[in-house]
Amino acid sequence: METLHVIDYNETVISIKDLYKSFGDLHVLKGVSLDLHKGENIVVLGKSGTGKSVLIKIIAGLLKPDKGEVIVLGKNVDKLKLKELNELRLHIGFSFQNSALYDSMNVRRNLEFPLMMNYPKLTKKEVDAAVEEVIEAVGLKNKLKEMPASLSGGQRKRIGIARTLILKPKIMLYDEPTAGLDPITCTEINQLINEVQEKYNTSSIIITHDLTCAKATGDKVAILIDGQFAKAGKFDEVFNSNNELIKEFYNYNFIQ
Amino acid sequence: MKRTTSRKYVLTKRLDNYFYGVNNAYLFTADFFKQALRRPFHFKELVNQCYEIGLRALPLITLTGFIIGIVFTKQSRPSLEDFGATSWLPSLLGIAIVKALGPLVTALICSGKVGSGIGAELGSMKVTEQIDAMEVSAINPFKYLVVTRVLATTITIPILSFYCSVVALIGSYINVHSEENTSFVIFFKNAFSTINFLDLWTAVAKAVVFGFTIGIIGCYKGFNATQGTSGVGKAANEAVVMSMFIIFVEEIVIVQISNWIRTF
Repeated sequence: METLHVIDYNETVISIKDLYKSFGDLHVLKGVSLDLHKGENIVVLGKSGTGKSVLIKIIAGLLKPDKGEVIVLGKNVDKLKLKELNELRLHIGFSFQNSALYDSMNVRRNLEFPLMMNYPKLTKKEVDAAVEEVIEAVGLKNKLKEMPASLSGGQRKRIGIARTLILKPKIMLYDEPTAGLDPITCTEINQLINEVQEKYNTSSIIITHDLTCAKATGDKVAILIDGQFAKAGKFDEVFNSNNELIKEFYNYNFIQ
Repeated sequence: MKRTTSRKYVLTKRLDNYFYGVNNAYLFTADFFKQALRRPFHFKELVNQCYEIGLRALPLITLTGFIIGIVFTKQSRPSLEDFGATSWLPSLLGIAIVKALGPLVTALICSGKVGSGIGAELGSMKVTEQIDAMEVSAINPFKYLVVTRVLATTITIPILSFYCSVVALIGSYINVHSEENTSFVIFFKNAFSTINFLDLWTAVAKAVVFGFTIGIIGCYKGFNATQGTSGVGKAANEAVVMSMFIIFVEEIVIVQISNWIRTF
């Protein structure tokens, strides 16, 4: 699917330079560098355990890097105080692999919660309008009263995306958006990612190991192998390369 | 030689982990005090948690308090009868229930019922990334989840403790009344005749400290849960075991301090 948005290569919204991260003796990221431009979708591909999710968690300030720099909207994430980091986080939407919906709240409350906590002076009418807008954007208007436990995997993903959209983020970080979903729901989620980008003019990093998702949503793909990007570029450029590891990854996905 | 080195390594590693844990718990508690005094205050969530905690423990506390009152009276009577001192029974019950049993029994029940509940709830939120989801939405999860729950246990458990003492005394009264036909007013007058202001404050202080302990340990264990669903069970279990142990230590310390104050 072709994306219709315009990428502004002059404006870099995320700039990652020489990023390192280890957990004990396990070296996950070994000098990762990446630039995300305004309006661009970058898909980060890689096998499980290669540090894809760690990368976006560092961008969102959930993990601290051992070395390197992460500049998001002109601010060095690692150097920010909590208050400044939270101000920055209002511009970052994070869609979790398992959706991370609040189990004790119904769908409406899940959507209202980030808005009401960050903007307590909003009137009920304004909050309701924002909820209506995002729930319509993800096409689940009839699910507002339901509890997360009663939703399907795809519906949970959609509500998770709606919850991030309510804060009108400039950047979206998707962690395995199609993991564990059937092929039809995967296609719907891929469509939704593209619709979100067009409607909300977001720039996104999509973490996945699903090549269909990568092809459908990514302007660029970058393959993370052994803690480093083996190659980055357009989908066809990357997978036409002679790199054995990339070929192995492609063939594995194809067989799957 | 190799075996000794390996043993040494295991021991040092365990000690390292132990002190690392103690330091983390200290920082967690310090963070609570720092954040509890800062805006924003989530009053609505605090009230909600007080209601939840109170409601969760109320039936069990009512039943246990009542039974303890009856059983303690039944077991104390024969000993006092040997000395012809059954008239001292209400006073003995007053001292035992208000000063010791009420706060302690409430705390033990709440550490099982409430502490494990908090540990499991926060543990499950942690392993399913709900806490991370709050953080990336620019919400302070520590303030919203931990501060409200710890304050709620600190407020609610003294109230439950007072309630438990009243229910236990009613149980005692029913037993005493059935044996000696003592009036309600005389029973309670005698029960409270030997309890002074310091005793009451000691009981309140104990309940407050126990409440804080249950809340902070439940939250600490839940907030630091790892390893998926098994980690949730482990967090709930550790919250109960550790809070019970610390409650007994606190009981001894507070009674000692109270006795020390009494000497002045």
